[in-house]
Amino acid sequence: MTPSLSLGPLLYNWSPEKARDFYLRIADESDIERVFLGEVVCSKREPFHAAYWPEVIERLEASGKQVILSTLALVATPREIKSLMSLKSEADYLIEINDLTLLEDWDNRPFALGPYVNVYNEATLKVFEDMGATRVTLPFELTRDTLAILGKAATSALEVQVYGRLPLAISARCYHARAFKLHKDGCQFVCDRHPDGMAVDTLDGQPFLTVNGTQTQSMTCANLIQELPDLMQMGIGGFRLSPQDVDMVAIARAFRQVITGDIDPAEAFSRMETGDFAYANGFFHGVEGRHLKRA
Amino acid sequence: MNAARLEIICPAGTPAALTTAVDEGADAVYLGFRDATNARNFPGLNFSRDELAAAIAYARPRGTEIFIAINTFAQAGHEALWRQAVDDAVRIGADALILADTGLLAYARDKHPDARLHLSVQASASTAQSIRFYTRRFGVRRVVLPRVLTLKEIKALNDDIEVETEIFAFGGMCPMAEGRCSLSSYITGKSPNRDGVCSPASHVAYLPEDDDLTTQLGGFTINRFAADERAGYPTLCKGRFRAQDHVSYIFEDPVSLNVLDRLPEIVASGVTALKIEGRQRGKAYVREVVRSFRQGVDAFYAQTPAPPSDLSRLSEGQSVTGGAYERQWR
Repeated sequence: MTPSLSLGPLLYNWSPEKARDFYLRIADESDIERVFLGEVVCSKREPFHAAYWPEVIERLEASGKQVILSTLALVATPREIKSLMSLKSEADYLIEINDLTLLEDWDNRPFALGPYVNVYNEATLKVFEDMGATRVTLPFELTRDTLAILGKAATSALEVQVYGRLPLAISARCYHARAFKLHKDGCQFVCDRHPDGMAVDTLDGQPFLTVNGTQTQSMTCANLIQELPDLMQMGIGGFRLSPQDVDMVAIARAFRQVITGDIDPAEAFSRMETGDFAYANGFFHGVEGRHLKRA
Repeated sequence: MNAARLEIICPAGTPAALTTAVDEGADAVYLGFRDATNARNFPGLNFSRDELAAAIAYARPRGTEIFIAINTFAQAGHEALWRQAVDDAVRIGADALILADTGLLAYARDKHPDARLHLSVQASASTAQSIRFYTRRFGVRRVVLPRVLTLKEIKALNDDIEVETEIFAFGGMCPMAEGRCSLSSYITGKSPNRDGVCSPASHVAYLPEDDDLTTQLGGFTINRFAADERAGYPTLCKGRFRAQDHVSYIFEDPVSLNVLDRLPEIVASGVTALKIEGRQRGKAYVREVVRSFRQGVDAFYAQTPAPPSDLSRLSEGQSVTGGAYERQWR
């Protein structure tokens, strides 16, 4: 198990120009082994982003990065199914499965399993590995104990999200549209106004959750930089950085320095506390996901 | 197509609720064991193995089937608890097992090849393809559909698959896709998927102040009610929150699902069974809801007018919705 850094799919509806520039910079400047590209949250956004993907893929590959095509987390309409099915003939890239639609009659080709598929135990992991899963990004809700057991049992490369707001829930309903008194069908793409998602606070002003279209995210930003040595020890070597509207090249650098042992994890963590986000690591430690356990 | 009559599947959290559901004419009653293997793992609810045996002994001669929900996700290192639940449900003679965990489905199919397996709503299978993933691999015989599809989409889906489908007909509704929601786990540490618990009572506080009542979950304000408002339980996705400087029920209004007035459409959509939510609800709820649905379904097939029914009292916020079955809900 060689530790490596992955960039998870962009979950927000950034403008295509902003997203394209982001990926080109990742290609040129970041020390990341693999990039997951694809629209995971809302199929309505996809046409805008698909336009720049070929250019971005070419540049990422030219810089030696592996590209994995990520897929929708919640698939329901015929159009979504059709779009997904068109990926089946895609022989050049690994596909990250976030919904089982594509696995109906899978031909045992290698695939990546995404964090939206519920893998809570060894038996489930084995079903997907037997079908060809070579890379499995585990659900963010798993505790250290569970991760350790799965780390021992896995034949695939395991990955966990170590940075970024957590995709806590997905719905057929768009809460972004709802907050603007719109419906999903006529949403005017208002989700593009919030590059890190829209804050949802309680009536008493407590930061509570984050809305990103049909997805509900954590208010806190997951940060497991202090837990990296522990994760590596249990055989988990894929570390997913989920894009936020911050300097992700610098974020990747910090994680790399901890992997290589060039910086102490606690020191790395405190350097990241710049006020952009409140960090949390509660799920890993088996408590409320919003909780931060300090080293 | 579906020549059989629409079945009514009723919840039971206690033996008393079970007898009531059977007496009121439920076609099947679903229940869970008293532990983390089921998605309504609340104190004082659910069944021991002996109570399951007694439930079957009561229900079977009266023509009612018993389904066991083992629909949380087995915790790594503790899979024996979930496997034992499957083994016991089969041994005691449950008519069907409602499962969500892929590894547990594989176990059940392997160990009990003849057992009738249903796919829980918690598995969130929303396309013909993902449904066939489960039917072909594990011989699943019925799928409880996630609440993400409109009735029109459900009809198209049923035209495309061979397996029976069951849809939610009445009760509390998750606005999030089931089995894919960690909100409770994030706020309270108690997880629907792992522990079978959402917004647990242990984390709830009711704080009266002047004439207002504030409800909290895990220290977060979920709602505040004026004296003339009926206070609801602080389920975390059903509160009033502030976004864009505007206070609203951003995730879901305080409403309950009720499709009783849409039976012709539902029958035409090809679903096999209607599921009533509420294993945490009491005997009175079960009696009234099952009776109304029994009368409504019987009247539909007899082509007679349905007797008037008023289930709004039993609904959250006393109002009802067609929920995700209508496109506008999205």
